Amino acid sequence: MNEHVQTFTDNNFETDVLKAGKPVLVDLWAPWCGPCKRLEPTVDALAAEYLGKITIGKMNVDENPDVSFKYQVRGIPTLLLFKDGQVVESIVVLAHKEDLKKVIDKHVGATQADDLQNVTAKPA
Amino acid sequence: MADIRNVIVIGSGPAGLTAALYTARANLQPLVIEGLEAGGQLMLTTEVENFPGFRDGILGPKLMEEMRAQAARFGADLVHDNVTRVDLCTQPLLVRTPDAEYRAKSVIIATGASAKLLGLPGERTMMGRGVSTCATCDGYFFRGHDIAVIGGGDSAMEEAVFLTRFASKVTLVHRRDGLRASKIMQDKAHANPKIEWMLDSQVEEIMDDGKGAVKGIGVRHNRTQVRTDVPVTGVFVAIGHTPNTSLFRGQLELDANGYVITHDGSKTSIAGVFACGDVQDHIYRQAVTAAGSGCMAALDAERYLDHVPEHLQTV
Repeated sequence: MNEHVQTFTDNNFETDVLKAGKPVLVDLWAPWCGPCKRLEPTVDALAAEYLGKITIGKMNVDENPDVSFKYQVRGIPTLLLFKDGQVVESIVVLAHKEDLKKVIDKHVGATQADDLQNVTAKPA
Repeated sequence: MADIRNVIVIGSGPAGLTAALYTARANLQPLVIEGLEAGGQLMLTTEVENFPGFRDGILGPKLMEEMRAQAARFGADLVHDNVTRVDLCTQPLLVRTPDAEYRAKSVIIATGASAKLLGLPGERTMMGRGVSTCATCDGYFFRGHDIAVIGGGDSAMEEAVFLTRFASKVTLVHRRDGLRASKIMQDKAHANPKIEWMLDSQVEEIMDDGKGAVKGIGVRHNRTQVRTDVPVTGVFVAIGHTPNTSLFRGQLELDANGYVITHDGSKTSIAGVFACGDVQDHIYRQAVTAAGSGCMAALDAERYLDHVPEHLQTV
């Protein structure tokens, strides 16, 4: 997990996800989930690439059951993309980074990237 | 153009990582392209009790973490990427990912097999919304629910037993009267009071609750043709696997079911291309046999690189 990836909990979910100014991608995972580990490097890479455009964070469903219950999550890893407090995308199959970018980019226009100067170079 | 690698391993289950370990120790600096399903099928399991050397068992994902670290320790170069195209009809051999192109003198194919689905309408769109091929990942979300497991092999029995930890009832549906599972797994499942059986029966429909999630299955009994609707919120599909060989179709010789055909150990129909693990084995399909065949592929590749036929030499 790199420093650009936030940690969401049932406690900070309202302020950091639902009321966030930018779109937020939430990676729902648990320590007992093998495929969640597979997705980790992809989520880390996305967090670096989308720095300043969207917030990306992880949420342990074991420790934070409320959110997965509320959004009727029935499998992990699940990625939920929130915009203005609403789920705009829910991705439940293992996807390649390029495919995830296509989904995210539908909701992140160039105009919303007001912090473009903060966007880091694509990691090698 | 980038350097030409000695060997590229495609896949990172027990076969791929054992091939990586052996080729790394032979100083061949293997490149391992791990793939979307990195770690392979063991990443979907909990306790592995039949891998020699772990008398108390080991968690599947933990075993894969150890294998990966062991290969890395000897210099295997592991990249978290997915192969999108190969060209095995040229020398050097070409392997492409979305961001890069790699060239190699030899390739070891260890892409494994992935879970088969029933092929029913709505099954794919309800993945993660009730339909699952990974009991260990998704069982947690079915605490107190009624669910179904489809299949009659060892993995179906194992999933059904595992899922009774969470579910109030598990209905096991299998299309034949007899089970394919081993005696020990059948006994475990039969002894579990939370498991109900619907044998000689086929799932013909997965019902949607109107919001895109599973609310039940329609099951038809083969002999009587009576249909029963079973209200469940989860459907765990464990009906076997299909080899991940779409990348190689038209290039490598495959059998009627899509498995890579190997001969004389791990050799495929193309010189310098070797295959190991479940991608070429529909019989044994064990972590330990996959690892063993990964070792064979590494030794075969090493021998091949020592004596590359002159007409195939690129450097």
